[in-house]
Amino acid sequence: MSKSVERHLLSDSGLDVASLERALSGIHRHDTDYADLYFQSSQHESWVLEDGIIKEGSYNIERGVGVRAISGEKTGFAYSDEISEDALVKACNAARSIAPDGGSQKVSSLGRSDYQARYGEKNPILAMQDAEKISLLKAVDAYVRQQEPSANQVVVSISGVYEEILVAASDGTFATDIRPLVRLNCSVLLEDGDRRERGSAGAGGRYAYSFFESDKDGRPYYEQLADDALHMARVNMQAVASPAGAMPVVLGNGWPGVLLHEAVGHGLEGDFNRKGASTFSGKIGQRVAAKGVTVVDDGTLADRRGSLSVDDEGTPTQHNVLIEDGILKGYMQDKHNAKLMGVAPTGNGRRESYAHLPMPRMTNTYMLEGQYDPKEIIASIDKGIYAPNFAGGQVDITSGKFVFSSAEAYLIENGKITAPVKGATLIGNGPEVMQKISMIGNDVALDNGVGVCGKDGQSVPVGVGQPTLKIDELTVGGTA
Amino acid sequence: MQIEQQLSEIQNVVDDVLKLALKNGATQAEASMSKVEGIAVSSRMQEVENVEFTNDGGLGISVYVGKRKGSASTADLSKEALTRAVEKAVDIAKYTSEDPCTGLADAELMATEFPDLDLYHPQELDTEKAIATTIEAESAALGYDPRITNSDGASYNANLGMRVYGNTHGINAGYPSSRYSLSCMVIGSQDGDMQRDYAYTVDRQAPLLQSAVSIGQEAAKATVERLGARKINTAQVPILLHKDIASSLFGHYVGAISGGSLYRRSSFLLDSLGKQIFPEWLNIEERPFIKSGLASSSFDNEGVACKDMTIVDGGKLSTYLYTTYSARKLNTQTNGHAGGIHNWLVGDTGHSDSDLLKEMGTGLYVTELMGQGVNTVTGDYSRGAAGFWVENGVIQYPVHEVTIAGCLQDMFAGIVAIGKDKDLRGSVHTGSILINQMKIAGS
Repeated sequence: MSKSVERHLLSDSGLDVASLERALSGIHRHDTDYADLYFQSSQHESWVLEDGIIKEGSYNIERGVGVRAISGEKTGFAYSDEISEDALVKACNAARSIAPDGGSQKVSSLGRSDYQARYGEKNPILAMQDAEKISLLKAVDAYVRQQEPSANQVVVSISGVYEEILVAASDGTFATDIRPLVRLNCSVLLEDGDRRERGSAGAGGRYAYSFFESDKDGRPYYEQLADDALHMARVNMQAVASPAGAMPVVLGNGWPGVLLHEAVGHGLEGDFNRKGASTFSGKIGQRVAAKGVTVVDDGTLADRRGSLSVDDEGTPTQHNVLIEDGILKGYMQDKHNAKLMGVAPTGNGRRESYAHLPMPRMTNTYMLEGQYDPKEIIASIDKGIYAPNFAGGQVDITSGKFVFSSAEAYLIENGKITAPVKGATLIGNGPEVMQKISMIGNDVALDNGVGVCGKDGQSVPVGVGQPTLKIDELTVGGTA
Repeated sequence: MQIEQQLSEIQNVVDDVLKLALKNGATQAEASMSKVEGIAVSSRMQEVENVEFTNDGGLGISVYVGKRKGSASTADLSKEALTRAVEKAVDIAKYTSEDPCTGLADAELMATEFPDLDLYHPQELDTEKAIATTIEAESAALGYDPRITNSDGASYNANLGMRVYGNTHGINAGYPSSRYSLSCMVIGSQDGDMQRDYAYTVDRQAPLLQSAVSIGQEAAKATVERLGARKINTAQVPILLHKDIASSLFGHYVGAISGGSLYRRSSFLLDSLGKQIFPEWLNIEERPFIKSGLASSSFDNEGVACKDMTIVDGGKLSTYLYTTYSARKLNTQTNGHAGGIHNWLVGDTGHSDSDLLKEMGTGLYVTELMGQGVNTVTGDYSRGAAGFWVENGVIQYPVHEVTIAGCLQDMFAGIVAIGKDKDLRGSVHTGSILINQMKIAGS
């Protein structure tokens, strides 16, 4: 619990714990079961280098309070971009209009909660001088051009967020969090005659910009990212048409874990399951993936992009086992859905901002490693696809159909990786594909920290990860 | 408060912010501000689910100090926050580089006429009525067919707002607008197969929304028709894109002919002015001044006057889409596309949708596309799809878990026909699109 956050979000605006308790009690004068107040203040900056010059810089400030009142399955919600007692009361009155006058619930007195911080509190925007940020961008650009003098378009960008939140709820929850988040992206375009291909790479997490300059295998981390971007562009310059149809697919470790995010992650969010809308609804205890497959969602990992010390409802995050050795163990829950399903919240209640309602969301979702050497996995395939890099995906949680699009892929022929193939969309059915995982590598890795997850129009940062995986059959959307 | 008064108050804020920017050392500045108030109401299984009162506003400012640019934005509209945003933008301009192409659009391009485009049709934000509407839509859907077994809910949104843009050339213009929408999504089951689909309606005038009953029935019909979907074999066949999803194809065209993609050399349509991209009968007209149009505006996000334009003429690429910056990078002049396009009217071949099925003969009628597998640098296209298998012009059975792939160059040139019944709910008005052939990947 941070005193400085309390000061910034409450006392600076003339509010204190008593005024929050008054506001919550006001909501409970209507027939409501639960109410919460979410205060947030955020600063966001971004800097873009293009054509070798610092082309753009921008700075955004946002601040406000969101008020939620719940009565049974009904939710009332209102918010204000002004933090003051008047604005708070007005939002409370609007939110409680979901339920009739005459409530019996009492507000528990707010008790400051303690939890373990999963990342530092430094404001990344202030932790590095603007001139140093510019030098960082120029260093990445210079490195790319040194490695590939013919690189035509190089775009390097960094962005930093510093956010303070405070949650107070009628169940006595009173929590604050300070959430830094940075990101670096590098994109490069190569040309050869009429052929043009772009490659990009990025990284980020809940730390300071200096992380991008830290040592990775004897050189600055940003050099590795720039190399990754160049590698993708070079590989795609050589890519031939991807095959079309059902075939064995090997997914690389790390970022291809977007498979799990789409194939099972969304389908295991509590709201869809409470409503019986997910292909995984009612399947706790049943086999939903091959033996050996264990999938977790873990918001506690240090400094990770998808991590949170407490979620947006003030619940500390956890290491949640979703699937263990192929058996469905549990769903990801926020307070509202947990209560309606009669289970405990899992620290997955998240929202884009004070102006959005919380709902069950993923944090860092990944698969634990198995026993196979990735080389063995490749060697086991006569004809198939190896896909180590992806560009995002989508799922229909009701039918279980999901897609994700490869950004870098190769043919596997006679147990060997051969020609690069053009990006293609892979499509499958979540529960079916999870049963077709036949080999799990011993090289689990998390992604570099660039994931953005969208649901109901709300975006939140997430992480994914997995070891190298073999899926016996997946439909590859190529043209050949 | 009267809307005119609110609008002029916002114009005053924009004016103050611009003056403050000049005072702080900017040589040019531009600011935009919006304020939107609304309700978002949803029901599920015919019970109220969420009632949200929305109230969003923000100010964005860009300053130019000589040829250096800085930007800032704030959702907090207090005087202190606005001052801080201006100072921050000016501060950022100390670190950005000199860029000869940066700056406001040329003064003579500013819009000078602001016709009433009939975009504002206020209606009381009545949550009770909105709830009744969503429950009516859901009831119609749930009662449509016994195979509709569950609901993902229905929602109603109403937004009343205004937008103001001003810059130091002297333009300071704004207009109020309204937007109402109703959507419904239901779930059907049959033999262990579960499918969902939805329907929606959107309009600037609430009374012109499709009826709640028809939206519910449409959602239920679409869902039931998907039940029992199967995969099909990998094949090369004609594709008919249903009008509800067909506009995405022209969305990729927008991306490829946008100035930003061109100067970054990130488009498969570089150096293609005047070239044949589509069949000769295909024309696309842009009409920014359509009364009550969802993408109507008399000026773009840089204050540049919008005008009627021919985008595609006889299948040829007639124009690229420029912003001030991308135009300068390419040694030309902006044509008012900062912030996007304004009401594209895509020509058709006079076919009804059933004519199009006959015209296709045997192929895939695509009603859903999934994923982002489109590369505008190369034109490569590969997306997840669902729809119906068609033989001899007759729908046979629903299809899912397949992809359609090709490249946009071939897809554009291979458009055989476009239906006369248009989807008018977005910025591109097009009918269903028949494409000569694409690769389907399935079993």
